[in-house]
Amino acid sequence: MTHWLILPILLPGMLAAILVMVTRYHRVLQRTFSLAGSVLTLALAIGLFWRASDGTIDIYQLGNWQAPFGIVLVADRLSTLMVLITAILAPLVLLYAIGSGWDERGRHFHPLFQFQIMGIMGAFLTGDMFNLFVFFEILLIASYGLMIHGGGADRLRAGTQYVLFNLLGSTLFLFALGTLYAQTGTLNMADLAVRVAALDPADTAGIRVAAVLLLLVFAIKAALLPLHFWLPASYAEAPAPVAALFAIMTKVGAYCIIRVYTLVFPTDLSLTQGLFDTWMMPAALLTLMMGMIGVLGSNRVDRLVAFSVIGSMGLLLAAVSVFTPQGIAAALYYAVHSTFAAAALFLLVDVMRDRRGDMGVHLRNAAPIAGGALVAGMFFVAAIAMTGLPPLSGFIGKLLVMTAALDHPLEAWIWTAILIGSLIAVVGFGRAGSQIFWKSHQVAAETTVPDSEADESNTPEQVPAPPVLPVVAIGGTLTMLVALTLFAGPVMRTMDATAAQLFNPAPYIDVVLTTEGKVIESGDYGDDTGGDAATAEEGY
Amino acid sequence: MELLVATAVGMLTASGIYMVLRLRTFPVIIGISLLTYAVNVFLFGSGRLLPNAPAVLTDGVDIYSDPLPQALVLTAIVISFGMTAVVVIVALGSWLANDDDMVDTPNADTEPDAADDQARAGAQS
Repeated sequence: MTHWLILPILLPGMLAAILVMVTRYHRVLQRTFSLAGSVLTLALAIGLFWRASDGTIDIYQLGNWQAPFGIVLVADRLSTLMVLITAILAPLVLLYAIGSGWDERGRHFHPLFQFQIMGIMGAFLTGDMFNLFVFFEILLIASYGLMIHGGGADRLRAGTQYVLFNLLGSTLFLFALGTLYAQTGTLNMADLAVRVAALDPADTAGIRVAAVLLLLVFAIKAALLPLHFWLPASYAEAPAPVAALFAIMTKVGAYCIIRVYTLVFPTDLSLTQGLFDTWMMPAALLTLMMGMIGVLGSNRVDRLVAFSVIGSMGLLLAAVSVFTPQGIAAALYYAVHSTFAAAALFLLVDVMRDRRGDMGVHLRNAAPIAGGALVAGMFFVAAIAMTGLPPLSGFIGKLLVMTAALDHPLEAWIWTAILIGSLIAVVGFGRAGSQIFWKSHQVAAETTVPDSEADESNTPEQVPAPPVLPVVAIGGTLTMLVALTLFAGPVMRTMDATAAQLFNPAPYIDVVLTTEGKVIESGDYGDDTGGDAATAEEGY
Repeated sequence: MELLVATAVGMLTASGIYMVLRLRTFPVIIGISLLTYAVNVFLFGSGRLLPNAPAVLTDGVDIYSDPLPQALVLTAIVISFGMTAVVVIVALGSWLANDDDMVDTPNADTEPDAADDQARAGAQS
């Protein structure tokens, strides 16, 4: 047992408390602490990833209680991979928030940010279903605060929808957990795996309901088609750094699907047969198509990017639905890629919003952007990555997904949806890019822009050239995409190993259930409670 | 007793879902509160209903009620309480900022453009 495991959760949590209590009125201190904490978390995440990279499964028993009774944190390849992605994304997003001044537009940005990181890390590391619910709530309640950071009528309305939708999701999660507990009598994931496999095949109605309810809950998080309605408005209206951080939140849903359905409800289990083939795959393909059509149909860049996130989630979940080691590995590669691509795009949209004056994010004619070449170049790179054109990682990811889908019964449908979806997305992004970056020069040559009032209450005054920090932040996310492309081979080997570990859950279950916790001498409680019980009986 | 509890959970859930489907924030929040009550009772019931059975180890007792759902319910109650407070505040903020308490965004994709067109028309005329 190693205590390092809980540090990615403890560090942001403690830091957030310090930030909100001590450095409340010191902006510089807040920024320094927050950034330093994020970098430290990154170091921890790299360490954990390193430890897990040889296939070791680390376990941390909270309060030293043995597994089915106490809560455990488990770090295997998948968990540490997701923790690492989050930890890389967080400092970049923070840099942008600091550089663009977003953290000053409302109060408590940094504490909320750290709490959000805490929740995400916890959700990735926990090995207990109810603890997963609790970490979901931590990341959600922080995200509610971040979502409405800076205020504004549209953002508050979108925030209300976001909060309400997620509250419903949480309620559903509790229903699922109740059903699960009623059927199996445990909520520890490893223990669940054992008990679900041992259930009587004749009496599985309850556990099937639980499996479907859980899938629904995670599908809400992952924005699967009939449950995606919260995403476009929330992501488009959220402050840019927050939207960029939210890029990892949809992956939390995908992570949970992968984790729970490889461990607890493996595909060879008869009672959940057909859940992925019959239901998830068509839904994922429809999500992909709908997202990409939304990209083409949006008349605002922020909504366009939000729809592209839905589209990429569709592709990711399609890869998950194939549910072979190859499919999961492809899905993981694509998850890393789409996190950074979406983050880069959301940050770029904010740069455009700041520099396009009253036209903001609308796809209308406006004067050219100050420092346009740099912004245009970065948008070009990010759009190539997001739509999956060669040479960047999106193309590799898509290729991997399509290869993984080769032997699937719905192969033709998958290929068609992915290829047509990409085509539509390319057209959509091409239209947006040319409208914003090329048409503007034509507009500037023809007329001067009419002076109309700014309709966005929170549009900041125009900055002449892009400041350094935001460019560094966006450059960082793009660098990750390039690195993901250049090192596709080693990365894919890691993903393959991760998928292989997921499809062989025996060591995971073994480590969780057989690690000894603290020993309680039997009879310790007998003498004490005996007297109490006697007095209690007298009381009756 | 099972029938009674099950009916209560069902009624609460049904009314909750009905309220959640309303257009304005207040009924929706009430609906969510009803749903959280329903889920709390449901969670409690997931450990089986055993009247007059202690949850803590006691001498001379053979039948115990399951203590875990009670702990889970406690957590769920605290969380849903906090969340309801948050949603009330956010909804209040939204109402004050937007001058109406509708949940959905009217014409999310077209409204800003209409405003632009008006601005443009105003600039041209």
